[in-house]
Amino acid sequence: MLTDSDLQAIWLTTRLAGITTVILLLVGTPIAWLLARSRSWWKGPLGAVVALPLVLPPSVLGFYLLLAMGPQGPVGQLTASLGLGVLPFTFWGLVVASSFYSLPFMVQPLQNAFESIGERPLEVAATLRASPLDTFFSVVLPLAKPGFITAGVLTFAHTVGEFGVVLMIGGNIPGVTRVASVQIYDHVEALEYADAHRLAAVMLAFSFTVLLAMYLRRPKPTRGD
Amino acid sequence: MKCLITLILSLLAVVTAHADEVQVAVAANFTGPMQVISVLFERDTGHKASLSYGSTGKFYAQIVNGAPFQVLLAADDETPAKLIKEGKTVAGTAFTYAIGKLVLWSADPKLIDAKGEVLKKGGFKHLSLANPKTAPYGAAGLQVMSKLGVADAIKPLIVQGENISQTHQFISTGAAELGFVAYSQVIKNGTIGSGSGWIVPANLYDPIRQDAVLLAKGKDKPAAVALMNYLKGEKALAVIKSFGYELR
Repeated sequence: MLTDSDLQAIWLTTRLAGITTVILLLVGTPIAWLLARSRSWWKGPLGAVVALPLVLPPSVLGFYLLLAMGPQGPVGQLTASLGLGVLPFTFWGLVVASSFYSLPFMVQPLQNAFESIGERPLEVAATLRASPLDTFFSVVLPLAKPGFITAGVLTFAHTVGEFGVVLMIGGNIPGVTRVASVQIYDHVEALEYADAHRLAAVMLAFSFTVLLAMYLRRPKPTRGD
Repeated sequence: MKCLITLILSLLAVVTAHADEVQVAVAANFTGPMQVISVLFERDTGHKASLSYGSTGKFYAQIVNGAPFQVLLAADDETPAKLIKEGKTVAGTAFTYAIGKLVLWSADPKLIDAKGEVLKKGGFKHLSLANPKTAPYGAAGLQVMSKLGVADAIKPLIVQGENISQTHQFISTGAAELGFVAYSQVIKNGTIGSGSGWIVPANLYDPIRQDAVLLAKGKDKPAAVALMNYLKGEKALAVIKSFGYELR
């Protein structure tokens, strides 16, 4: 039913979303921890920066990323001097862009999860002489597990749904930057509605399933007290 | 409270186009000249022109699906012809308003030589091209590369712009070293304004005849009819020519 190029786009999208999720798990966790625990004045500004992609139009993000990662931009000059070339129109360019774009979807659920743990378990762990790192892995991680699952699923799904930023820095290269959403746009533009329908239906089914799974495994409110 | 209610009411107010306003779909390559022409048009006729820029293919899809455009300035003659066949236009109104020129262009002043040999020599990582499926200048660029026998070698290096404006943007930011754009996008005082470029000889691609057509929604609309006439007038033609287009 799906053509080879559709499958290629789906596989590319999956890879992009998977890698982005892993990177954001590593980067987002410490940020969320800082935001949840710190009482410093920069907590506000940091939180605002993290949330920016929620409100910024993808065109703004795409525009700045294109300038920054291009050969004249600071990131572009850095990657070029490291022998990595420049990032626009490459798969890893999309990974970098997606990591910015999906950052709040990782950080905010984690921050909520960390905040809801409260001080008490950490203090108990400290009195038992657990090191901060030990506390994190044997107390915080298990308690925050639902938060991690939510954050991971949302980040993955949100990256799959990315469109505007990819359009602006991707260059629509089959197998490299032509993700499913761009492929659908291409089909629609060329009036290939039958092709667009096939892939769009897959995306719709995927998104619904992911969200349904998340809502189903939410704890149900208990009656009374 | 009063302020808030006023604000909400004003947000709810239906935005109606003026009776003497014409909605124009403009092929992205014609953005520059049309901005100039619309100012002259408004001054000379008192009508207003509301301009939307994009790829001709996208406009086709939008018009077929009921977009409110009254005039289409396409980047080709096939799209208006298709619309005429499908009864989406006012019969007998189509005409060629400009013949486009293709340029191989780079922001780097030294990259492109006077004969476009760079296409054969290579030495670049990305060549920016408008989506050939929807943008006539993209299709023309592809044709040039085929005629020069370099299409297969360059295909893996192609990055597609969604329309000719994005294609130009990829090159001007340096993200792609070079690419095919419309001469009108890079012309300044009758020559290529910055970087380096090669005006592709006309025998390497089919002429890009850009047709204008009065759409069904513009039927009997004074502003739309006035614009169609204005585009044939001396002032508009001078602007079109100054942007490097050939006239019919």
